[in-house]
Amino acid sequence: MLLIDCPHCGPRAEIEFRHAGEAHLVRPGGSDESADWGAYLYARDNIRGRATERWRHVHGCGQFFNAVRDTVSDAFECTYPAGESRRTGADIA
Amino acid sequence: MKFSALSLGRQAVAGQTGWPRQWRAAEPKAAYDVVVVGGGGHGLASAYYLATRYGVRNVAVVEKGWLGGGNTGRNTTIIRSNYLFDESAALYNHALGIWPGLSRGLNYNIMFSPRGVLMLAHTVHDVQVVKRHVHANRLNGVDNEWLDAAAAKAFCPPLNISPEARYPVLGAALQRAGGTARHDAVAWGYARGASAAGVDIVEQCAVTGIRRDAQGAVAGVETTRGFIGAAKVAVVAAGSTSVVMKMAGVAMPLESHPLQALVSEPVKPTFPCVVMSNTVHAYISQSDKGELVIGAGSDQYPSYSQTGGIHQLNHALEAICEMFPQYARMRMLRSWGGIVDMTPDRSPIIGTTPVPGLFVNCGWGTGGFKATPGSGDVFAATVARGTPHPIAAPFALDRFAKGRLIDEAAAAAVAH
Repeated sequence: MLLIDCPHCGPRAEIEFRHAGEAHLVRPGGSDESADWGAYLYARDNIRGRATERWRHVHGCGQFFNAVRDTVSDAFECTYPAGESRRTGADIA
Repeated sequence: MKFSALSLGRQAVAGQTGWPRQWRAAEPKAAYDVVVVGGGGHGLASAYYLATRYGVRNVAVVEKGWLGGGNTGRNTTIIRSNYLFDESAALYNHALGIWPGLSRGLNYNIMFSPRGVLMLAHTVHDVQVVKRHVHANRLNGVDNEWLDAAAAKAFCPPLNISPEARYPVLGAALQRAGGTARHDAVAWGYARGASAAGVDIVEQCAVTGIRRDAQGAVAGVETTRGFIGAAKVAVVAAGSTSVVMKMAGVAMPLESHPLQALVSEPVKPTFPCVVMSNTVHAYISQSDKGELVIGAGSDQYPSYSQTGGIHQLNHALEAICEMFPQYARMRMLRSWGGIVDMTPDRSPIIGTTPVPGLFVNCGWGTGGFKATPGSGDVFAATVARGTPHPIAAPFALDRFAKGRLIDEAAAAAVAH
């Protein structure tokens, strides 16, 4: 079971959380008929390695937040509140 | 060497010392008509049918590890075709039609055992959904029938149908034509047949890139054993499909999740069929070695680690103890995980891609083993002709852009 560091509540067991998909997906503009909605809705990076993803602390504070996790080792590199910009290697202490 | 009563008898006398290798360990040639990426059951079946049924003999299967070492050797070997929608019924029933004759066709005992698959209903809602599946299946010519709790108990005597259970069994759907097969033997049998038909099987050969020509069409694959030219590349890489397809610049609607299973210590024959329960969340059968084979739900996060959380296994075992209290004190021998490629609609993707010459067969998620022969057949036809086989056509990659999803999320044995 993963130990996940909620930015609001601190480290808690995985069963308190729900994985909520890839982070930082940008919704196409509202009236753009030509937008690639199929890609936005369904295409995923599914990265083997460092992935940026959303989690929700459903059995805690209830808030969504983002995380950087290695999908080979399952180790979390960091977690940060939703709304902040994407963390890259340089940001992660 | 053909397997026959005579050859088995000779080997019995000779102490089983004279069996040859069952497939050639080939060195990759400079180029092939088709390179299949991935030496699991689906990839090997595709190569086998390309060579034996669709006249494409200049084929290589390249495999990063060893044959059947991924999900083919990690699944719970369950075979059934009781899916809800017409498209799925056609696809999975096509496979179910091939299983009974497969050992004879391959001259290799894949130990197909149509012992029946029970899917339990524990709530009023379950009963309605399961009956809907039964009716839909029967309209599609798919074997399935409704049993009340007593009839389910008669078919599967270990089943606890006490009304005192937390989720009492109210009835079940039974697909008598379903069952199990020996998963490794399926990979080995197809490899043996394909190799005999001229297919080169190249193990320990990881694909590191997909080369495209000036027009954008596929030219071949870069591998750890050098460049291999190919007029067509067929990707059958299960959990690693996203990684391989990205080499050709194609983003896939897939997430790779761990899926775990475990086996008990081996015991005498105690369990006659396959039982699945979506509500209490587990599935179980007994292998010919005597181990109870138990499957869990998939882990919630994407991962390539081939391992998962212990709480998933605990949850599955709680369900097993609920349905079969007599197994509560059995010891579990080992557990493992595979990486399954999940599509948004839990149906596979079979067909062409935006890249000319590049084909993909993936997205089988948690339930690919049962479809292995049918998947290999319709995919081989698709690759050989360049246009989708009629059964494969609804499962095209572009269904996600068109919104024509085939939502089989309810067809899984446990929620994924």
